[in-house]
Amino acid sequence: MTSVSAVSQPHGDAGLLPRLDAMAVRSPSHRARVMRRLARDPIAMMASAIILALIVAAICAPWLMPADPFATSMLKRLRPVGTPGYLLGSDELGRDMLSRLMLGGRLSLFMGIAPVVMAFVIGSAIGILAGYAGGRINMLIMRCIDVFYAFPSVLLAIALSGALGAGITNALISLTAVFVPQIARVAESVTTQARRSDYVEAARASGASATIIVWQHVLRNVTGPIFVYATSLISVSMILASGLSFLGLGVKPPEPEWGLMLNSLRAAIYGQPIVAALPGVLIFLTSISFNLLADSLRMAMEVKQ
Amino acid sequence: MPDANLPLSPPAVMLRDLHVSFTMPGKQINAVNGVDLLLRQGEVVALIGESGSGKSVTLRAIMRLLDERGTCMSGTLSVNGKDVLGMSSRALAAMRGKDVAMVFQEPLLALDPAYTIGNQIAETIRRHERITARDAAARALALFEKVCIPSPQRRLAAYPHELSGGMRQRAMIALALACHPKVLLADEPTTALDATVQIQILLLLRELQRDLGLSVIFVTHDIAAAVEVADRIAVMYAGRIVEEGSTRALISAPRHPYTIALLNSRRHAAEQRGTRLETIGGAPPDLAALPPGCAFAARCSRATDDCRAAQPLAFDVEPDHRVRCIHTGMTAATARI
Repeated sequence: MTSVSAVSQPHGDAGLLPRLDAMAVRSPSHRARVMRRLARDPIAMMASAIILALIVAAICAPWLMPADPFATSMLKRLRPVGTPGYLLGSDELGRDMLSRLMLGGRLSLFMGIAPVVMAFVIGSAIGILAGYAGGRINMLIMRCIDVFYAFPSVLLAIALSGALGAGITNALISLTAVFVPQIARVAESVTTQARRSDYVEAARASGASATIIVWQHVLRNVTGPIFVYATSLISVSMILASGLSFLGLGVKPPEPEWGLMLNSLRAAIYGQPIVAALPGVLIFLTSISFNLLADSLRMAMEVKQ
Repeated sequence: MPDANLPLSPPAVMLRDLHVSFTMPGKQINAVNGVDLLLRQGEVVALIGESGSGKSVTLRAIMRLLDERGTCMSGTLSVNGKDVLGMSSRALAAMRGKDVAMVFQEPLLALDPAYTIGNQIAETIRRHERITARDAAARALALFEKVCIPSPQRRLAAYPHELSGGMRQRAMIALALACHPKVLLADEPTTALDATVQIQILLLLRELQRDLGLSVIFVTHDIAAAVEVADRIAVMYAGRIVEEGSTRALISAPRHPYTIALLNSRRHAAEQRGTRLETIGGAPPDLAALPPGCAFAARCSRATDDCRAAQPLAFDVEPDHRVRCIHTGMTAATARI
């Protein structure tokens, strides 16, 4: 989508032209351009639609859900999908699956997004500091990060959660701790690249101080790639959070949460396979949507020549 | 500190015995080894030489752009009479862009991709002057007109990747001139451009230099470009200026064997088909282990033991034409053009 060929005006008659008002005619900003490209990408649109629907359903769950998600009924246990009154069946305690899935989305999505957002802020700060400082400081920070990085993320999350004790807050902390090193490494590498770039040298050559360079030139060019990487971590975070709940380290029953629901319905896998798989399907759907969105975002942000 | 003996207007740039070395793990790279260079006000000096001869490092040293870590600079370095090596980082930032500006080789890389060009120019102006955003935008527009960019308003609102190579270099020049610097440092400003655009940019630089009375140091490895714009040419080899003189003298009567070889290596190319292009045998010396004598001796056909024993001093073969070679008597006789 290159701009239409320039209506080149002969140079020198610039005095005849309206001058400053023309400055208002801005070419669309980078952000607007990325959004426009995303809007044209069917995969990105579908992924965003799914994510949006899930988020809306989760947020509006208290008003939208058809039944009380905590009301148990020993008589109506493990009803199949489509049972009147139980649109998506009922679980092993006779609770309405649809209501529980909607309400469970709140915690599951929160546990997917919140640790990544926190890690994005902390990890970017650490990475940008290390990348811009360079030298020994970089060495020191990055080697510490590497220690965390050396453990598989699942193991690290379980170990931290186990040490801190079960609970949502502790799961949040341990997941954040898992993602900080990963994001910091990406942030460090893009910052190092930006620091050595010609435009940073050019900015120095035009008299920019270190603060201006970091805030205006480095940050602006670096947040995009880090953001894309972080988006792809949301799915990982959801799966890890579900895993922690599954192991009993995250959310405590009877609170609905997709990972926890998957765990408790495990026993029913032979009796009601579809009902038992539903929380898993939602986890899968959410994570793949976030992954596809991250991919599209990365492609949309590439500056094409 | 301006010296009491200096004339009323100090030289635009003065380098005296400038040394720059980089400390690498396990070795030290001596990139610049005692450069003396005087750039008078309103003069254009071209620094030419092979890759790795220290010309770009010398240029960056003038603005102290080299990474402070691992870089060791010594000698005297002044811009408009102000000592640059002793400047605080605040004074440096105030000088960069305001007194001295730089045009980079690859404008696509040297312009920040995240901002429009107009934004970058206005930002640079506001960094050095207390002026409203509106006035800065007006200045940017005037600059774009000055560097002959067609439909300047629209181009100001463009991102660097949306312009053609020639346009980008014009924009880069506009950015460099944003704060009316007196000294312009150009680091191979035409190397990344098409041949047809190169000459346009050279002519533009020359024109701007005359109009604005700029003092320019122009780094290039393109001798034709140097001849086109420069009043004087300095030839660098292994971090030293081996020959320096007026463009006319240096091109018509080169005295240093390296300059002669450099000129020969291109002169024959234009002559006729079938003749072999003359090359300079061997490779430039390792900057981590420079020989004690003349650095060019290993590749020089006239080299004698005296050359290898000690570094030849620079001396004037004629007024304003200095050569670092002990065989200039011989070269004067043989370098007939």
